[in-house]
Amino acid sequence: MTIQNNDNRISRREALTLFREADLLGLGMWADIIKKELHPDEICTFVVDRNINYTNVCINKCTFCAFWRDEESADAYLLDKDTIFRKIDETIELGGTQILIQGGLHPALDIFYYTDLLSSIKERFDINVHGFSPPEICYMADASDLTIGETIGILKSAGLDSIPGGGAEILSDRVREVLSPKKIKSSRWLEVMEAAHRLGMRTTATMMFGSIETAEDIIAHLDAIRRLQDMTGGFTAFIPWSFQPGNTELGNRDSGLGISRSTIKTNPRPPIPNPSHAATAVEYLRVLALSRIYLDNIENIQASWVTQGLKMAQVALRFGANDFGSTMIEENVVASTGVSYAVTMNDIISAIRSAGFLPVQRDTYYNLLRFF
Amino acid sequence: MLSGIREKVLAGKRITEEEALRLYETDDIFTLGALASHVAGKKNGRKAYFIRNRHINPTNICVNRCKFCAFSRSQGQEGAFELTIDEIIEKIGGGQKTAGRGQKKTAAPHGFSEVHIVGGLHPEWPFEHYLNMISAIKKHFPKLHIKAFTAVEIDYFSKISGRSLNDTLTALKKNGLGSMPGGGAEIFSEGIRNQLCPEKIPGDRWIEVMEAAHRVGIRTNATMLYGHIENLADRVDHLSRLRSLQDKTKGFQAFIPLAYHPKNTEIEGSYTSGIDDLKTAAVSRIFLDNFAHIKAYWIMLGEKISQLALMFGADDIDGTIIEEKITHSAGGMTGEKLTAEQLVNLIQKAGKTAVERDSFYKTVRTYR
Repeated sequence: MTIQNNDNRISRREALTLFREADLLGLGMWADIIKKELHPDEICTFVVDRNINYTNVCINKCTFCAFWRDEESADAYLLDKDTIFRKIDETIELGGTQILIQGGLHPALDIFYYTDLLSSIKERFDINVHGFSPPEICYMADASDLTIGETIGILKSAGLDSIPGGGAEILSDRVREVLSPKKIKSSRWLEVMEAAHRLGMRTTATMMFGSIETAEDIIAHLDAIRRLQDMTGGFTAFIPWSFQPGNTELGNRDSGLGISRSTIKTNPRPPIPNPSHAATAVEYLRVLALSRIYLDNIENIQASWVTQGLKMAQVALRFGANDFGSTMIEENVVASTGVSYAVTMNDIISAIRSAGFLPVQRDTYYNLLRFF
Repeated sequence: MLSGIREKVLAGKRITEEEALRLYETDDIFTLGALASHVAGKKNGRKAYFIRNRHINPTNICVNRCKFCAFSRSQGQEGAFELTIDEIIEKIGGGQKTAGRGQKKTAAPHGFSEVHIVGGLHPEWPFEHYLNMISAIKKHFPKLHIKAFTAVEIDYFSKISGRSLNDTLTALKKNGLGSMPGGGAEIFSEGIRNQLCPEKIPGDRWIEVMEAAHRVGIRTNATMLYGHIENLADRVDHLSRLRSLQDKTKGFQAFIPLAYHPKNTEIEGSYTSGIDDLKTAAVSRIFLDNFAHIKAYWIMLGEKISQLALMFGADDIDGTIIEEKITHSAGGMTGEKLTAEQLVNLIQKAGKTAVERDSFYKTVRTYR
């Protein structure tokens, strides 16, 4: 198909047509051309980092999540500082440059917990702290009666370097009302990102698809990200990944894909439309390629080996992705859905190489650090 | 870079080994996929097939010691197993010994139409044991199609029984053998084969067994194990030998490229890349112009790459399988079974028409 456009940028309507009708190989070829212009030399980057999930206690209880626990639950936890320090020590030892620190919305924690944690990390370690997705930041702001801007400013002065783009899920309130009724709405997610960018912090953006959203929802999500990026330029990367139905309430809705979860103690909700099957490989690559084409103002697109496996991540490098994300020395959230691809840094390097690309370790800001 | 080849493929002309290598070496997987899809479309339209089948491995005890294999054991070694004929019947029947009176019209109690049987080269079982196995299955499940024994097993049966290949195959056919799988081909190239599986029959013998099978009217598949120590020229040489035999006999139904799995094997190494898997499907589809079907075996490629392979020339993703031991011994990362509904979903999401087939690619049911 031919795209009619005046300024070389595809419109929402065109994106929708492409998403619905374009042949996958054609879409991939187009995404690959754009990727090669932005990232010549067939380089594929990755960051060595560790996920530190400081708590699994969460008041949001999203239906697509298998990680959360009630505060009283037997396997609820909150990591102490020594454990966190030990994890950081190990990360640095393994050549890590970043920790991704994220957790549930724990009702007993206030802003002082976080500033204390951040400054005590920064006192001890020279490491980039990439932490606290927008739902956590909003929760801190509300708990301490601060604005979002004030909260991020306080976290930044305590040592927070950058913010991960989690919790975006699908930026459509209709979908969020079903998937995660207690989670912050789309506008709040965007507000956090805008505030962070205004304070000079870089962030990533994510999208979780393959649940109950429509094609329009996906395009609306991409468009919201693109518009904010036009204003701030603060996003380093976009990371689409697909809903993993195992062990989740959403996946369990008579689809046979999830495992029943007896711990859910929430008020009855309106019936949830059921995602009958998790997104397949074809749908993942379609979303990935379209993201590369649509997000002309975001430099990096990550392949999600954690949700797709290494073979798919390799294929993704030809469908718009230029980055393998993190080596994930530790990953708890996706693993709790039963999806676990045991992967080491060497596996990542050899996977990139055998796919025909040059593996390069990068830092949080996509500066190239080390060639392999 | 692919011009010249592209025109040939679009004109329906056969490509050379040198051209197959050039296809393999390209980074333009999109053109490669489109060309392979063109060939697949001319042969099978938009159809992608699956079958309701079940795998049975009668034993993992094997006199060969192939270095890429994590399944085989010696007799008496920990983890060695051998199923009796009764146990095989029970597995097929899902706990029942026969199809039962009310179920005579179906092939087997659980509604699969084909059983796939391959196993180790057992040092003690006589040829009669295999004949009894086949006839017992046929007696209990008359409508079940038995696809069994690789060329390597057939060669072994002929040796232990002192019969010619022709007699061996004829006896099996008379007892109920319906068709043969394509395993044991590995890589034909002598240098690689000597390093990989020195005890296994050479490539020429594999071809000879298949030719004999085709001559007595047994349809077979063909495979290639890739991604270990071979190079691209070895792969193309392998495909070329298959294409030549198919020109003579037309007895092959499907070609099945098998991605090497490194865990628990003697040569270790790494998994193949997803890009390599897709290229291999596409190059096979284009090069093997006399094969009706290319199978993207989901157990070995994973569901995701198998689905994508349907856009790179494959038209079959195998079947429900139910129990799989060989790939899983070597670090297979899929489950052991998929339901027909899951297979149909994968096919349909790839934009293809899902067709449940029988063992000879006759349509059992088309899913709309």
